[in-house]
Amino acid sequence: MSEAQTSLQDRQIDRSQMKVTDEVAIEINDMNKWYGTFHVLRDINLTVNRGERIVICGPSGSGKSTLIRCINALEEHQKGQITVDGTTLSTDLKNIDKVRSEVGMVFQHFNLFPHLTILENCTLAPIWVRKVPKREAEETAMYFLEKVKIPEQAHKYPGQLSGGQQQRVAIARSLCMRPRIMLFDEPTSALDPEMIKEVLDTMIQLAEEGMTMLCVTHEMGFARQVANRVIFMDAGQIVEQNEPEPFFTNPQNDRTKLFLSQILGH
Amino acid sequence: MSKQSSVAFVRREMLPPAPPPPGQAGVLRWMRENLFSSVTNTALTILSLYFIWSVLASIMPWTLNGIWVAGSLTECREIRDARGLETAACWAVINERWLQLLFGFYPTDDKLLSSLFYAEPLATAGGLEAVFGAASNATDRIEFVGMMKGDLSNFTIFLFGYWRPLLAVALLVVAVAPILYSSLPRSLLFFSMLYPFVGVFLFWGGSIWGPMTVAIGLAAAFFIGRFFAKRFGLLGGGIAAVAAFIFIFLNPLPFIDHGGLFPLFPHVKDVLHSIIPFGLSAIPSDQFGGFMLAIIIGTSGIVLSLPIGILLALGRQSTMPFIRWVCVTFIEVIRGVPLIVWLFVASTLLKYFLPPGSSFDALLRVIILVTLFASAYIAEVVRGGLAALPTGQYEAADSLGLDYWKSMQLIVLPQALKISIPGIVNTFIGLFKDTTLVVFVGLRDPLGLTNAIRATGEWNGIYWELYIFVALLFFTFCFFMSRYSMYLERKLQTDRR
Repeated sequence: MSEAQTSLQDRQIDRSQMKVTDEVAIEINDMNKWYGTFHVLRDINLTVNRGERIVICGPSGSGKSTLIRCINALEEHQKGQITVDGTTLSTDLKNIDKVRSEVGMVFQHFNLFPHLTILENCTLAPIWVRKVPKREAEETAMYFLEKVKIPEQAHKYPGQLSGGQQQRVAIARSLCMRPRIMLFDEPTSALDPEMIKEVLDTMIQLAEEGMTMLCVTHEMGFARQVANRVIFMDAGQIVEQNEPEPFFTNPQNDRTKLFLSQILGH
Repeated sequence: MSKQSSVAFVRREMLPPAPPPPGQAGVLRWMRENLFSSVTNTALTILSLYFIWSVLASIMPWTLNGIWVAGSLTECREIRDARGLETAACWAVINERWLQLLFGFYPTDDKLLSSLFYAEPLATAGGLEAVFGAASNATDRIEFVGMMKGDLSNFTIFLFGYWRPLLAVALLVVAVAPILYSSLPRSLLFFSMLYPFVGVFLFWGGSIWGPMTVAIGLAAAFFIGRFFAKRFGLLGGGIAAVAAFIFIFLNPLPFIDHGGLFPLFPHVKDVLHSIIPFGLSAIPSDQFGGFMLAIIIGTSGIVLSLPIGILLALGRQSTMPFIRWVCVTFIEVIRGVPLIVWLFVASTLLKYFLPPGSSFDALLRVIILVTLFASAYIAEVVRGGLAALPTGQYEAADSLGLDYWKSMQLIVLPQALKISIPGIVNTFIGLFKDTTLVVFVGLRDPLGLTNAIRATGEWNGIYWELYIFVALLFFTFCFFMSRYSMYLERKLQTDRR
């Protein structure tokens, strides 16, 4: 992790496009979720404005992954309200599919489709969900594959790529749907240290273009540099949130202090 | 790394890749390593060789000395003794009766045979009138061919007398090939879609308007369904399609006597047939038999049970309790009862549940039950494939906004079915062999026909030769299926390098 952090600090980040607007992208009100009788998420209140880059961290089992998975309804919440881009999530499948096609998601284990080529992975959803003509979808896919710097792999299968390359393809696949919000669920946790940087670079590039991002990650270097807000979760609730500088230098809650001392201490 | 004087080590030059050590192959080396590596292994090798030799020594003379031309088993034995052989297979029974084993009592096209081979002898004899008298007619002619058919070689009868089933099976190969091999042109798939109607027409004969109206009816139902689906959603489209289907389709169906079911709608088929009469002589199902029967029941069962099985597997995983409950009950009930019981149900009990006055073709009943039986097994095999798929795949498909059917069609099923190929083909091979069970409900499958052949005076007491022939027929097909499944698995292996 330390290698990735130092190399990130070398990079000059272009902040001209990183603007937080007043427009609300995601609004979560008093959201609660249970797994059986286990109360995973408790009274979550969170408003994300367009253009925000939020890093969510916390110990494992704190509910941070579950929180962002609720935003595109991969997990169902039992109480409270989630509104994404003006659409309130309910049991109505139409609403859910609408939100999902507007929100991109990147998983810890990439979840590329192994039976399809890289290009087919990227064109599948635009063709079948957005009804984009095949030719156009392929052009878009190549544009984003170039952006994540692997256009030459377009006709290979995911199994032939390294972890870092697969994760960049996964990002490109999400971008092909032209999402307005991107969710990252520990995108670098399953990667070799050498590959973390290439994925983080891609994410920084996205941030520079003004994408609204929610990242569950333990890459504190990324959080410091890119995030405009850091959220710390423990035991299913938001314990502390602040701008990165004060969050890291002057944490208020004891649990936050302990967590930060443990992950930054070594 | 050789000996190092200290712990510190820095490599100045990277090693280039080197070729692997020279060949480990060679017959002698292989034999030494695999057959004679120790005293025990040497002893086992010798024992195995002795075993193989003794088996072959007892089978091969019998097989290779076989007598191919004889009129009866007694004649076979006389020839054997005359040649001074100890044992000899009597392949003559195959030589004489292979047509029967392939086609059962399916009638030959005697009209064609007579016009091809007996037009001249008849003409020189002064025509039919001279042979049968002045009042001769077509029946006499066919009778005449029946008497003369002994003169034709079996192969001639195979090619011309049985041209209908022969052509049907040949076209079946053409129809199936583009489904099995994606390298063939996709336009052939259009013929694959047409084939069921072509096949039915060739096998069963009758008016061409029977299968034609069914095909047109299905196409119409499809387009009407699609038209309504655009306006009233999937459910409306489905209802419209089923309604159109029943209206156009059910009446010309030759298998259901419509008197009881839909007496109000006109027989479209009959109307069309009276305008343009064209068809082949109708052959009822009870004349079907032989290996042809196995092919008909086997392929229809295979083709129909796969989609039904997939739907059942998806239904079993459904979050809707009613659908799940229906699918589970269906699978467990069908699977929990032996196939032979279901076949008896098909042949006897089913008619009690149908409206009075309607009759149901015996072969069709068997096809339906074999299909349902196989689909319950396919459902479980596919369920295994669905369960083996990582949840990440479902989540990725969901997160891209694909709805249930699209994510099943594009993401989940292609992978789940690939995992299930060995199990699916296993079920298909089982189904294909189980078609011999129809002998118990009165259909003449190849095994039943061996009994019929034995019942004749000439071949009374002959077993092995007939069974070996039938076994080889089945083995050829099953072996092909097994090889094909291996080919398919290799071809679809994209997740590894």
